Parts: sequence; C-alpha cells; structure tokens
Amino acid sequence: MNELVSAVPWLGKRNPMAARWLIIIIALVAPLIAWQFGRSWVRILDFALLYMMLALGLNLVVGFAGLLDLGYIAFYAVGAYAFAFLASPHFDVHMPFWIVLPLAAGFAALAGIMLGFPVLRLRGDYLAIVTLGFGEIVRIFLLNLNYPINITNGPQGINMIDPINLFGWDLSRNLQITENFSINSLFLYYYFFLLCVAGSILFVQRLQISRIGRAWAAMRDDELAAKAIGINTRNMKLLAFSLGATFGGVAGALFGAFQGFVSPESFSLMESIAVLTMVVFGGMGNIAGAIVGAFVLALLPEILRDVAVPMQQTLFGTVILDPEVLRMLLLSLAMILMMLLRPSGLIPARARYAHAENMKREGAQ
Amino acid sequence: METLIQQLINGLVIGSVYALIALGYTMVYGILGLINFAHGDVLMVGALTALQTMLFLMGVAPGLSPIYMLTIALMVAIPVCMTLGFLMERLAYRRLRNAPRLAPLITAIGMSFLLQTVAMIIWGRNYHTFPQLISTTPLEPIAGVFITPVQVVIIIASAAIMIGLSLLVTRSKIGRAMRATAENHRVASLMGVDTNAVIAFTFVVGAALAAIAGVMFASNYGIAHYGMGFMPGLKAFTAAVLGGIGNLGGAMLGGIVLGLVESFGAGYIEHLSFGFLNSSYQDIFAFIILGLVLIFKPTGLLGERVSDRA
Repeated sequence: MNELVSAVPWLGKRNPMAARWLIIIIALVAPLIAWQFGRSWVRILDFALLYMMLALGLNLVVGFAGLLDLGYIAFYAVGAYAFAFLASPHFDVHMPFWIVLPLAAGFAALAGIMLGFPVLRLRGDYLAIVTLGFGEIVRIFLLNLNYPINITNGPQGINMIDPINLFGWDLSRNLQITENFSINSLFLYYYFFLLCVAGSILFVQRLQISRIGRAWAAMRDDELAAKAIGINTRNMKLLAFSLGATFGGVAGALFGAFQGFVSPESFSLMESIAVLTMVVFGGMGNIAGAIVGAFVLALLPEILRDVAVPMQQTLFGTVILDPEVLRMLLLSLAMILMMLLRPSGLIPARARYAHAENMKREGAQ
Repeated sequence: METLIQQLINGLVIGSVYALIALGYTMVYGILGLINFAHGDVLMVGALTALQTMLFLMGVAPGLSPIYMLTIALMVAIPVCMTLGFLMERLAYRRLRNAPRLAPLITAIGMSFLLQTVAMIIWGRNYHTFPQLISTTPLEPIAGVFITPVQVVIIIASAAIMIGLSLLVTRSKIGRAMRATAENHRVASLMGVDTNAVIAFTFVVGAALAAIAGVMFASNYGIAHYGMGFMPGLKAFTAAVLGGIGNLGGAMLGGIVLGLVESFGAGYIEHLSFGFLNSSYQDIFAFIILGLVLIFKPTGLLGERVSDRA
C-alpha cells in the first residue's frame, strides 16, 4: 500500500494520508462510475481485478525472485479447471466454494512445484522457454483430454460452473435490498474481488520484507552470493514458483466461477504474455507496478475498442484494426518500448535503492 | 516396415526444415547469447511475402514456369527477411546489449508478437493456401512408401544450404570474424573486427535462412498464416539446444533428430500410451525433449557451452 501511495503523482509525497484515502475512495467508487458507461464496463473492471491478482502472483516469480516464467497462465488454467471439475454439472460434483477455492489453490501450487523441480538449475532465457513449453503442454492437454475418456471436454470447455457462493450468499444474483433497489451481481463480484486483491497486496507486501522476500531479492541479484551466505536457493525457487502459482490458481478459480465457463482458449500463450507485459510495464519487483500495470493494460484495450473502432469507421469507412489486433499491438509495443526506453517500468522498484541510501547514511556517520 | 520408412522420410523432411531455422537461432545465440524469440516469425514473414509475390506473378504472368515463379518469390522473400533481421538488430537488440539479462529476452518476445500482429493486419487471420509450385503428387520409390517431389527438393536444398553455410563460417574471412566475435567481442574488436557489422551480418544470414525455411515449410504443408512461425520457431530452438546451442553442426543434427523423434512419436504414441494419447499430442514432444536435454545434458549433443550463463 505504501508503494502504491507514493506512486500517486504529486500528492503521494506531500500528503501520503490523503493519497491513501484517495486510492481507497477511487477503488470503492470505480464501479459506480463505470456503471454510467454501461454494465460491460463493470465487468471489465472485475476482470481488471483478476488481472491484478495474476500480475501480483507473476511479480512474485519474475520481479522478486528473478525467474522469468512464460507459462504462468497454466496455473490460472489449473485453478479454473480445478474449480470447474469440483463445482459444475460436468462431473456432477458441486462442492462448496470454501472447499473448492483452497483445493484449486493447492492444485495450482502443486503444479508450480512440478514445474519448479525440473527447472531448478536453469536460469534466464532457458527457464523462460521451458516454462513456455510447460504452459503449452498444459493447454494441449486441456484441448485434447476429451478422448478416450472425457476429462476436460476438449475445445468446448466446461459450462455452467457454480457461481461464487459465500455462506449461502450467491454472488451471481442481484442483491435485493428493498422492493425497487437492488445491487447488481457485477458489483458484488467487484467488491469481493477487490477484497481478494487487497488481501493479496497485504500478503505480498509482508512477504517482500520478510526473510523469504529478502532471500529472493538476494537470489535474484546474485545467485552465487546468495548461496554463499547460506540461502537455500532450491527451496526458495520452489517456494517462489508454488506461491506464484497459488495466486494464479486462486485467480483462475475466481475467473471460472465468475465467468461460468472455462475453455482452453482463455489460457493461450498470449495471456501469459499479457500478464508478463503488465508486470514489465508497471515495473518488475514492485507491487504498485504490478497493480498499475494490470489496471492500465486491462483497461486500455477496452477503451481503445470503444474509441478506435468508431474512429476508424468515420475516418476510413471500415475497421482496419479490429480490437483483438489493437490489443496485441498495444501489448507488444508496450513490451518493446518499455524495455528500450524505461526498462525499470512505469513505477520503478525503489526498495533496494532506499536500502542502499540508508546504508550509505549509516556508513557516513 | 513401410510405416517405419515412411516415418523416417517424414522426419527427415521436417527435420531439415527445423535444422535450417535452428541455424539462425544458434548463430545469434553463439555471438550474442540472445535467444531471438522473433526468429520463427521471420520465417512466417518469409513465407507470406513469397506467397504474396507468387499471387502477384500469377496475376501478371500466368504462363510463367513454376521454377521461375518460385525463384522470383524467393528473391523477394529473402531480401525482405534480411532487412527485417537487420532492422530488429539495429533498432532493438543493439541498444540492449548491456542491459540486464531479462531485457533483451522480453524485447524479443515483444518483437515476436509485434511481427505476428503486423502480419495479421496485412494478411488477415485466415489460413492462406500456399501455391504448390513443385509437384506434390507422391512418388512411390518403394512399395507402400511415398515421397513427394517437394520433399525431395526440401531435403536436397537444405543439405546444400547447410554445406554452404558451413563453408561460409569456416573458410571465409567474414566467417572467421564471426567465430572470433563469438569467442570474445572485445578481443575481436581489438583485432580489428568490426563486431557491430559482424553481429548485423549474423542476423541477416539467419533471417535469409529463415525465409528459405519458411517457403519450404509452407510448400510442404500447403498453407500459410500469421501464426505459422511460432511452433516451428520453438521447435527449432529446441533443436538448437538439443544439438548444443552455439554450435552449427549441433543445430543441424538437433534439427534432424527432433524431426525424427516427432515423426516417430506421432506415429507410435497411440500404441505407446495404450490408445490414451493420439497424434494431436505431436507438439509436446519438442517441449519434453527440451526439458529433458536442459535437465540432463544442458550442453546438448555437441555443445561445449553451459546453460548456466547469467
């Protein structure tokens, strides 16, 4: 939260308290504003929150531990499919939400460890390709495991997944307050997801300054030196993969329940890259960066969809760049230009430098 | 027995295409230590440019003989890809030579998706039929075993190109400069090698190979589209790692081996898994091989470099 606060332009440094309240108020009223533009915008905000969770999780792996993971969406898929298996008519199992969610998270964590073990010795670019392969393998299995036994229902995916149900309170139904006033289900999901994101931020923030977080930073900056000072890099890497995967799994489970259906299409490499771009764009190793990156890059394509498409209609008479192309163009350009012009991202991680300054000050005394 | 020989032929054909692409990866990696993720997409640009040229030629000069048409298409596709390779290096990778280690890789991934998107804008999302200029009527040299003339041409052409490239690298002056630069940039430049030019040259040669491989790939399968370069790119990378990245002979060997494994794997996976998996899992072989090689023999079959570089 502090990082997020100091990232608020102008106000963040002068009056952190005001900046903090500003963020909270914006987060709370955002869906009300979005509602004015149509219900689809609230839905987009809901998805933006899921992307934030994904970006936070990937940031653990890429930003904190320095392990470039290009198959991150596989864990999202594991979470979503775990939820779909355990709470849908597909196998006719309908477990309660509070049992399915930890299970989905657990499966994803397990998948993270499964990926982590073989790649322990790999670094940098090799790791990236192997994780990419892992993501593709998961997707290929999801796509083809409908034969000879139908497990994943192939390309059609799984439908009619149970909605999120908090102690008998079904989030997919509009909440009826009085006779003619009800709260739309999209808002209910928004505030629930917001709570999840807030919890994640808190967790990640504590994690970053914990022994584990510092061990990750040491490992990222110099693996050999980290080993020499007694950090068990193997366990730390596995922990990074499994914790990152847990975030992906939880986000995936929420995604499946929110959307009501899952199919392999949602877990393509492009999505892995999209989440990575969010982390890179915002600033690797930085919570505020992950949040802002996810927010901007989840919303911008949608805004473009609404602005650029009609604009092309009037300018050229036809749509030359359809929304999907625009999104890909935006993501790939964001990635390249960010690396060339501002490699540390929109909001550079400052923790390390702050420490260095402290040390300098102490040394001077 | 016929199936066995048939799989062998299929594996050799696709393997030689992988080998050509893998050479591009391995040359760039040998010199810069960079995985040029966008290399597979250069292949796609090559194939689609060739397609565009052929369609144009068919419109202007319908009576042109297929051999000329193919040659002209290659003459257009190769320079286009060379320019692309040159620009990628000059505008993006060169600036990142001293950047933190993840930066060039992330840029390369972005580049790959940028190329795909631009291709999608130019050529649309559809699969295009690639004109089969060389006959695809299968010959039957042995009873029950089929090989198309296209496949024969692919095998012979790749062998010729690989020999040519080996000669270029081992015998020519620029080849010696390339090897020196791969060994050590600074010392090479102290010895009067223009390392920037050598690196640019490497990208350009790799792109030219990718263009040719793209035309071969599209001719073999008869289709081309904006995403066609991705999978062969990844597989060729696997081939490069399998053979030992940075090693030219390794890339060729790795390509052939990978092609064979894939072809046999796809043919026999159903028996091996007791009918549980089928040939739609063909694509996972490359990834499994990649994982196994990196875990058990990260230097690859012929390589000396270690995967553990920071």
